[in-house]
Amino acid sequence: MALRGLGRRISIGKRCFSSASEVEKPPRDGKPINLFSAINQALHIALETDPRAYVFGEDVGFGGVFRCTTGLTDRFGRNRVFNTPLCEQGIAGFAIGLAAMGNRAIAEIQFADYIYPAFDQIVNEAAKFRYRSGNQFNCGGLTIRSPYGAVGHGGHYHSQSPEAFFCHVPGLKVVIPRSPQQAKGLLLACIRDPNPVVFFEPKWLYRLAVEEVPEHDYMLPLSQAEVTRQGSDITLVGWGAQLSVLEHACDEAAKDGISCELIDLRTLIPWDKETVEASVRKTGRLLVSHEAPVTGGFGAEISASIAECCFLRHGLQLEAPVARICGLDTPFPLVYEPFYMPTKNKVLDAIKTTVNY
Amino acid sequence: MSISLFMSISLATYPSIGHQTKANKERQSEKPPLDLSSFLPHLLDLFSLLHSTMGLWFVRSRLAHHLGQKMASLGALQRRSWPSVSFLQLWNPLPSELVGGFSSNPINRWSDQRFASVKAESAAPVDDRCRYQVMDFPGGKVMFIPEMRFLAESPGERISCYRVLDDDGQTISGSSFQEVSKEIALKMYGDMVTLQVMDTIFYEAQRQGRISFYVTSIGEEAINVASAAALTIDDIVFPQYREPGVLLWRGFTLQEFANQCFGNKSDYGKGRQMPIHYGSNRLNYFTVSSPIATQIPHAVGAAYSLKMDKKHACAVTYFGDGGTSEGDFHAALNFAAVMEVPVIFFCRNNGWAISTPTTEQFRSDGAVIRGQAYGLRSIRVDGNDALAVYSAVHEAREMAIRESRPILVEALTYRVGHHSTSDDSTKYRPVDEIEHWRTARDPVSRYRKWIERNGWWCDDAESELRSNVRKELLHAIQAAEKMDKPPLAELFTDVYDQVPSNLHEQERLLRETIKQHPGDYPPEVPV
Ligand SMILES: Cc1ncc(C[n+]2csc(CCOP(=O)(O)OP(=O)(O)O)c2C)c(N)n1
Ligand SMILES: [Mg+2]
Repeated sequence: MALRGLGRRISIGKRCFSSASEVEKPPRDGKPINLFSAINQALHIALETDPRAYVFGEDVGFGGVFRCTTGLTDRFGRNRVFNTPLCEQGIAGFAIGLAAMGNRAIAEIQFADYIYPAFDQIVNEAAKFRYRSGNQFNCGGLTIRSPYGAVGHGGHYHSQSPEAFFCHVPGLKVVIPRSPQQAKGLLLACIRDPNPVVFFEPKWLYRLAVEEVPEHDYMLPLSQAEVTRQGSDITLVGWGAQLSVLEHACDEAAKDGISCELIDLRTLIPWDKETVEASVRKTGRLLVSHEAPVTGGFGAEISASIAECCFLRHGLQLEAPVARICGLDTPFPLVYEPFYMPTKNKVLDAIKTTVNY
Repeated sequence: MSISLFMSISLATYPSIGHQTKANKERQSEKPPLDLSSFLPHLLDLFSLLHSTMGLWFVRSRLAHHLGQKMASLGALQRRSWPSVSFLQLWNPLPSELVGGFSSNPINRWSDQRFASVKAESAAPVDDRCRYQVMDFPGGKVMFIPEMRFLAESPGERISCYRVLDDDGQTISGSSFQEVSKEIALKMYGDMVTLQVMDTIFYEAQRQGRISFYVTSIGEEAINVASAAALTIDDIVFPQYREPGVLLWRGFTLQEFANQCFGNKSDYGKGRQMPIHYGSNRLNYFTVSSPIATQIPHAVGAAYSLKMDKKHACAVTYFGDGGTSEGDFHAALNFAAVMEVPVIFFCRNNGWAISTPTTEQFRSDGAVIRGQAYGLRSIRVDGNDALAVYSAVHEAREMAIRESRPILVEALTYRVGHHSTSDDSTKYRPVDEIEHWRTARDPVSRYRKWIERNGWWCDDAESELRSNVRKELLHAIQAAEKMDKPPLAELFTDVYDQVPSNLHEQERLLRETIKQHPGDYPPEVPV
């Protein structure tokens, strides 16, 4: 880290990273905390370990509407942690400029449902900053955090899962954690990754998910899926809050003697096709599941890719069509939420159908 | 959270603009010159002919109140480049009480700075015209000057605030306002009280877990109801979310409100949106959408349609101080000015956007000043004064329609309630600040004093009204709660005008799943 400061002056484009080592799996030695506290810890560490890191967004000053930024202003001051005006395009654009000057800009969009005003900045600016300049410039220090997904009563505009839009954009990384421990390690990796990252946080789990999280600084690898459960009959792929739905489905399926392999994709782009492919080669079957509407969801990309590579290769083939259990092709509806959702039983039924195909 | 931030907002004052320091004292006030031809007709009903023909800019300050009206000539009548006098100027007589309430040193500001600047300006133009060259430039003539002069970041003293009722509910002598009949006046009061009762009871229902979410309008009753009263039903409303009183005024029933909050089968939105996302085609009130500021440009497009159809109506859009930071707000004001459409932009500047105070939202003098930058006639009004809100919107509507022009109204008020039922505002603002606005500045009791003074209202009428509304609302809530949710089929309708094949297929699969796992689904949704 001796390079920091000096290196920055010399070349705006090259960011130096104060980074803890990357680990495959964090040691299970921490205190049990929930997901928003894990995010909060990660932000503390990010600000602590890099004086050129900044955290900002609507209402982050008092701790944020989900409490993820609690205590940061007191600790790091209002120059480094601050409220912005209510303007997502402004937040994203400001963050890009800040990042382009060699800083770590950690921007919060209050809800993923409200990220669309920032779409132009993210898609046309952040994602293409490096490419269009021939790598003279980059905004790699940019991380946009945003809560996504269902909460049980969010209706159209507090429930959306817009990840697929961003997965269609070369130059961005899209990362979604499934648990507190994952959230902390992945967020720190995103903040320190030299590329712009959109980090969606499963808001349903902010308080609900509690697990032991190491207190120290650690990062989990990006673009590396994790096989969270080994199995032989079918591969299930998901991310974020949907992982726990899939886990329950695996448990139920096991009662019927079906052995499921469960993969948390974690990074959606660039995604870890190899891990999924290897698993499907073993099981011969694939089910993908996400909350976002099925049509054009990221599940479609996974399905197509796996069909391409596993349809008939090395003598192995898919033994059943790829199943997709996802949100419906409707806006996210309030009273119909239980009908809209890719529930455990919908997944379970699809596992059985696929295995018995 | 930094307490100091909040403490800097002293109780009775409104957050002041940031930089009222040296720079402002030196500022050159570029006051728009008056265009007499368009000035006159509006002026006639507001000021005396004498004042207008003399082109007077007059203000009333505490000082002026004692000394009589001070007048000073703008001396710029011959310059014709400015389109017309601004609404701001029309309504300028300044109640001294408000100056006291909204700026720290009213007397000095108004007596020194305002007049000093006028003098400075009036001295220049006559000579300037001979000495300096004028260039024709798109938008009008521009004079070349030899000094390098930066426009100041703010005009010095804050834009004044139009008010009719003082804190005690008395009409301020000399205030110009739109007469309100007894019938309208009482309906306004009735609706403000109804709104209060509605807020209390729905809030409580949310706390009991009967509805999932709620947002109150406490503190903004006058804005809600009085602005609505000044419109006609043909005017098209594009709301944010803290304006249910507009719907109430238009005849949305308590049962209709309750149906929406409970998302039952009688909810026009078919249970698809969160509570408080009301909408009524019958009442020309477009459905509330949670994303901030998106409705503002819609109003401009709708206003263009009204203009093309030669309708005697305008579009009206409401939004908060936070909303003015979004790109959509700026796009909308600019479009409206360029398209010359009959639209009223109504900004409820209530000091807060969730936890963000206006000092962290913008450094302009609120929203009102931005109207001028975009070429809109604008007025700032005391949002807790029902008569002022009514009069300003009434006049804004007249001008918007008659002249096919956009008008910006900024109402100063305070969000007395928490942002929503998901918020605890004591985490970020002092309780006594809330209390002050809830009690000393309550718009409903201020207005009540006025109707009482007119002999139109009494305690008996008050308690009867409140208990009737309460009864009716509790009944409505019970009925709404008992009612079924909309049927499952409605999950798939209205995505498009017709249900496409993929959704037919998804409905079929869903119905199979429901048969397999009926316990997974809420029984109150008929399948
Ligand atoms: C585009 C967008 N960003 C963020 C939000 C979250 N949000 C909901 S209300 C609000 C504050 C709005 O403040 P203001 O416009 O002043 O209205 P008020 O609540 O004071 O009436 C915010 C940030 C949103 N609804 N839409
Ligand atoms: Mg506000």
